Amino acid sequence: MALIKFTSKGIYCKQGDFYIDPWQPVNLAVTTHGHADHVKWGNKAYLCHDLTKPILDQRLGADLNIQTLPYRKTLTINGVQISLFPAGHVIGSAQVRLEYKGEVCVVSGDYKVEYDGISTEFEPVKCHTFVSESTFGLPIYKWAPQEKIFSQIKDWIADNHDKNKTSVLVAYSLGKAQRLINGLDGYSDIYVHNSIANLNEGFIRAGVKIPETIRITPETKKEQLQKGIVIVPPALAEGRWIKNLTQAATGVCSGWMQVRASRRWRSADAGFALSDHADWPGLLSAIKATEAEKVFVTHGYTATFSKYLNSIGIDSEEVKTQYGNEEEEEKAEVVQDGIGNVVPGHITDKEETT
Amino acid sequence: MRRFTELIQQLEMSNKTNDKIAALVDYFNEADDLDKPYVIAMFTGKKPRRPVATALIKHWAIELSGIPDWLFAESYHSVGDLSETIALVLPPAEHLSNRKLHEWIIDLALLNGKDDDAKKEFILNAWNSLETQERFVFNKLISGNFRIGVSNKMLVNALAKQSDTESSKIMHSIMGKWQPSEISYLDLIAGAHVNTDNSWPYPFCLAYALEAEPGSLGPATAWQAEWKWDGIRGQIVKRNGELFIWSRGEELVTDQFPELHFLLNELEDGTVLDGEILSIKDGKVQAFSILQQRLNRKTINKSQLNDAPIGFYTYDLLEHGGRDLREDPLNLRRSLLVKVIEGLKNNEVVLLSPVIQFNDWEQLAEIRQGAREINSEGIMLKKLDSLYHSGRKRGDWWKWKINPYTVDTVMIYAQKGSGRRANFFTDYTFAVRDGEKLITIAKAYSGLTDKEIKEVDAFVKKNAVEKFGPVRTVKPELVFEIAFEGIAESKRHKAGLALRFPRIARWRKDKKADEINTLDDLRQLLQSTF
Repeated sequence: MALIKFTSKGIYCKQGDFYIDPWQPVNLAVTTHGHADHVKWGNKAYLCHDLTKPILDQRLGADLNIQTLPYRKTLTINGVQISLFPAGHVIGSAQVRLEYKGEVCVVSGDYKVEYDGISTEFEPVKCHTFVSESTFGLPIYKWAPQEKIFSQIKDWIADNHDKNKTSVLVAYSLGKAQRLINGLDGYSDIYVHNSIANLNEGFIRAGVKIPETIRITPETKKEQLQKGIVIVPPALAEGRWIKNLTQAATGVCSGWMQVRASRRWRSADAGFALSDHADWPGLLSAIKATEAEKVFVTHGYTATFSKYLNSIGIDSEEVKTQYGNEEEEEKAEVVQDGIGNVVPGHITDKEETT
Repeated sequence: MRRFTELIQQLEMSNKTNDKIAALVDYFNEADDLDKPYVIAMFTGKKPRRPVATALIKHWAIELSGIPDWLFAESYHSVGDLSETIALVLPPAEHLSNRKLHEWIIDLALLNGKDDDAKKEFILNAWNSLETQERFVFNKLISGNFRIGVSNKMLVNALAKQSDTESSKIMHSIMGKWQPSEISYLDLIAGAHVNTDNSWPYPFCLAYALEAEPGSLGPATAWQAEWKWDGIRGQIVKRNGELFIWSRGEELVTDQFPELHFLLNELEDGTVLDGEILSIKDGKVQAFSILQQRLNRKTINKSQLNDAPIGFYTYDLLEHGGRDLREDPLNLRRSLLVKVIEGLKNNEVVLLSPVIQFNDWEQLAEIRQGAREINSEGIMLKKLDSLYHSGRKRGDWWKWKINPYTVDTVMIYAQKGSGRRANFFTDYTFAVRDGEKLITIAKAYSGLTDKEIKEVDAFVKKNAVEKFGPVRTVKPELVFEIAFEGIAESKRHKAGLALRFPRIARWRKDKKADEINTLDDLRQLLQSTF
């Protein structure tokens, strides 16, 4: 019998009686990582990696029943051995490995294969069944090496300074923001939005080394921001706050920026194809390394990607899930109050936040 | 090549004119001198002959990237641009080249006439020595189609700023006859070539659309009103015994319109007329669709001459007796124009575009309502004392168009957009009712707000009936008002007629699918436009 089933509540392991990244409340939610499309409020208990806990505390509120597990340690529930392996997506992100009577299944959540300098590096895990995302499952998505993108970002910042513009980088609070902070450390003062500063504090308390940043407050002077680097989540990218800065130039950091039409659609001043998801070669190499007999393809270019896998002899099936909308979710999460106090978990329309 | 690629990226990332001009000025300050005339040629639409067929380029790209055809097709659909898709799917370049833009362009031109193997070797080598963004630009060089939102006016302003020259002079010289391989940047800017050429036209004076009521323009007595014609803007140049007809696209179209050739004997040397090329039959201006039969043809047969006879409605005189009149006020130019046209013998086709007599704005508004009956798009308002500007300049000339036609339709097909919009259904097909059936009448790409797109997208996902590749048949439920500029018979369309410039005017959430227009309604409209 298969180890996982795709149900209306999420990915379910019947033998162990728990769900992985469910989108409706359940008893036990094994959580791959802290992005809002993978972890919802209202589950009775959570199991996640040590470093995902501070994110859940931050985003879902305190007093949750959260059990943590370091990478590569095993926990047995109803005879099913559960272990977590690094997914390389964001800090604390994990692939969930399930083993039962010799049958192995890996649910990878979101992942990328390139080491980003701050999240634990992706580790391929051999298995019979593999569940893979396909956010960038088209051969047009091939990332340039991270150093190259960072040198482009630095050139852009230097050019903005020359022109007396304020450099505003738009990045998800969880993941991309820490990656940027790490990659731009020492280049200039980094000013971050509350939602990012709060997450960083959580990480620092949990022992993660995050370079120093400055939290933006209503007292922060425009001149300071202009001389430094500003990092904000997408919800603020088109807002009033940015318009008040000294000649803000916005740079969106996202894999979508690989394509010109997306760069223009976002109406940013610059686009950097810096992604926390695997690119086309990354997806293929990761899947091949699992040696899986069956690959389920979730969120992204599901139909195309699974069709391609089948065409190269990898048995694959597309699955409908509710993952893959971290950007929209983040917009819902950030409520702006003056310069931006954040109320976690509060849902509001985009119009109201901007 | 690298510097030019950077320019393209800068131009694409901004939609602010000032940013674009600044990027262009920087470029013309820094770029290789030999590259510059090629860039100007490219941006003003001077296209070299295409050296390699698209099908071959695509074939080689698929072969090199090792992906199946269908996957390439899906990638293309997502990106929305073939040159870019190819640039992205190819394996990374193994070495980088420092060749200059003009060297690439010259080498590409040399491929003409070579065999496919030689072409392939060159193209593959190029791809292997260029970065992704440069590759995209290189692929665009092959196709010659750069659409990056740089208008002639913008380019001219940038060149004027960079070279500290008057912009009308620059416009004048880049409109003339020149080849990027034969002229230096400085000579081009200085206009060394145009002073010896008889054919050169003047940059057209363009009008802005009037959004407000004309009352905002001040007293009516300061203005001249003419009909706005729906034809091809043209300039007729007679100098040193030669006649040239230019279209607004800065294309020489003299051969296409033999009806106007008699002007060679009738106009005096040193005369330039500005006006509209139209199809005029029995003294009546015909719909644009009639004129269209005469456009872009290499040869013209008798029946075309009969069915769509050409006329010219002239409304301005730019040169008279060899003198440039553009600094004279409109009323003066007009009175000279009247004399020139009245002096023409045996003439039934070159006419004065009539000046509309009116006492106040209200009366003019009433007259404007009759525009469609004479196949006019509305009214042109020109200040009586206005000079003839180069390009678009706010204030002196306005086009006061009548409202577009509209029709209520129901959406029956939807297709996903490209790029970031690949996740949303943004391209829709609309139908009107024909008895019990629905019949396709127009395809329009959005025109909705982001929020509406998301709403329609959700509807499509929920109500898709059938799937043909990327196209979904949806339940005919959402009613949209489609605006369009004209209607014409069409054998290619199932409905037997085609709309001109259809776009979504608004989403009629207040209407149900049984309240939409019928094909008969449109047929009646078609009849009334003849």
